[in-house]
Amino acid sequence: MHELKLKYQGKKMAPAFNAFHTFLFTPDETTHGVGTHVKGADDLKRTMNTVIMALVPVLLFSFFNTGYQHYSAINGFPENFSVMEHFLTWDNFWLGLITVLPLVIVSYGVGLIVEFIFAVIKGHEVEEGYLVTGMLVPLIVPVDTPLWMLSVAVVFGVVIGKEVFGGTGMNILNPALTIRAFLFFAYPTWMSGDKVWVHGAKDGVTQAGSADAITGETILGYLAQNKEAAYAAKFDISDMFFGFIPGSVGETSTFLILLGGLFLVFSKIASWRIMVSAVVGALAMGLIFNGVVDAGWIPEYSKFYGLMQFEFWKHLIVGGLAFGIVYMATDPVTGSQTTRGKWIYGFFIGFISVMIRVFNPGYPEGVFLAILLMNVFAPTIDHYVIQGNVKKRMRRLKKATIFPKDSEGKAAELQPETV
Amino acid sequence: MALLSKKDTNLILDPLADNNPITIQVLGICSALAITAELQASCVMAVSVIFVMGLGNIVISLMRNVIPSKIRIIAQLIVVATLVIVVDQVLKAFAYELSKTLSVFVGLIITNCIIMGRFEAFALGNGVWRSFLDGIGNALGYGVILIIIGFFRELLGSGTLFGFPVLGDPIAKTGLYAFGYENNGFMIIPPAALIVVGVLIWVQRSRNPALIEEA
Repeated sequence: MHELKLKYQGKKMAPAFNAFHTFLFTPDETTHGVGTHVKGADDLKRTMNTVIMALVPVLLFSFFNTGYQHYSAINGFPENFSVMEHFLTWDNFWLGLITVLPLVIVSYGVGLIVEFIFAVIKGHEVEEGYLVTGMLVPLIVPVDTPLWMLSVAVVFGVVIGKEVFGGTGMNILNPALTIRAFLFFAYPTWMSGDKVWVHGAKDGVTQAGSADAITGETILGYLAQNKEAAYAAKFDISDMFFGFIPGSVGETSTFLILLGGLFLVFSKIASWRIMVSAVVGALAMGLIFNGVVDAGWIPEYSKFYGLMQFEFWKHLIVGGLAFGIVYMATDPVTGSQTTRGKWIYGFFIGFISVMIRVFNPGYPEGVFLAILLMNVFAPTIDHYVIQGNVKKRMRRLKKATIFPKDSEGKAAELQPETV
Repeated sequence: MALLSKKDTNLILDPLADNNPITIQVLGICSALAITAELQASCVMAVSVIFVMGLGNIVISLMRNVIPSKIRIIAQLIVVATLVIVVDQVLKAFAYELSKTLSVFVGLIITNCIIMGRFEAFALGNGVWRSFLDGIGNALGYGVILIIIGFFRELLGSGTLFGFPVLGDPIAKTGLYAFGYENNGFMIIPPAALIVVGVLIWVQRSRNPALIEEA
């Protein structure tokens, strides 16, 4: 392989070849053993692969849940739910496999084609950034998203969201969320409502023994219509936590997302500060809304009442908030870089997510919009954090007593270091 | 003798490509975003601006020696406002539906930076014929971009061109819609126009790298 690489060096398709080459093999151009080089095994590909490993349980779960939601919508939800008997069945898995896998394949296929085209045009290595994006995309769209729509959105997201800014590492917005936002604004009928979250509902599959078409409203959807009782009859808190609820493909299981998040934190890939502060932000906003309801400032017939009275901590286990916080907000490229900046950045993601969720008239979910908004603000936050630090150090320098024996020259030398 | 000298030809042709008011000077973006959801509205807007700019440049150029420089902006505003009101009234009289689509944006031609920019930069210092050509050229450059944006936004967003369905009927599911195609709602809203303008700028500059500004 290394010889082949040398042979094709400088040819037009070399970047395409090199991508496959280093995907499977360690490159032979490594630093030599002697000297002071710091050698890390965590290059970009390793980082990306770690995130994908954290996503695999979520993906597997989504296969089962797709089938479970589909069959439950047809036959009614089982009375005495047992995980082994009703959930982890071959039927569920098979249905999920044939509906979710095409999404994954299309997302990767189209995205990588775009990446390869750009790599060949620009004549540099194919960037690994799409490895994670390609896995995130199928997990954050409704299960019945038509494949051509997904392709259009992926082309848009990768080109406009990433390549125009210069590729992986240069993008302002998270590409996966750009793709989802594009789908949401371009094809709203396929991204919201009570027909898109369960496989087959859009095609008019009917319930067993009745002529009614199946529907699958998300919990947030019920709440937005002030139908709290309707979801409470179907799902309890453990359903919400473990993810046996309708929703986008991979967002439902807070439990597995939590495991993935812990894995990412312990492998030091994702920032725990962003995760923690985002949770705090969401809880804070939820508490404010609960407070508004308790104070009686909002009448029961208000269209915001259902979502406002929703207990603050439950916001974390329904909808895409957990998924967004763990896998999207922690994107090292588009998030804040400074430690204090991360706290601010994360807090506002949680805070704004819940706010949009409650006040969005079209669709009771706001995580992707909140994260995109904070992506835009992340460089500003970093700028002010750094400026603040510079100012603090300047003040410290002013107060500092310089010993008499230090000549003027020495003080001047010290200055740039302290700043 | 040719109708236009080479220098005069450039006055018309330059703004169409290498000195385009929208993609190179990035002026007049506001109206380019607001009214380009339909091709027809784009065309009407383009024609209106051609009218206002052609005549406006003539008038300003005629008056250039009598306008005191201290109050020239006010004088320019009066000229452009008069012309815009003429356009507005004509539209209201003969194309009422269209004038409702264009709504306030006909009136806002007054504040279109391209027009004031050409008055200031060209008509105040050049003869009548050349000013006229310059006005027409810049308005054409503006109009071309408007029509390109309008073409893509209407085709992708509504599946029609000038109101005629070209991709089939979305309700009866004919043409492309029979295969599950759907209109792209994103193209209807103004942010999509911003992205289309961005892509145009991108395409133009990669074809002609000399246009890329220093970072």
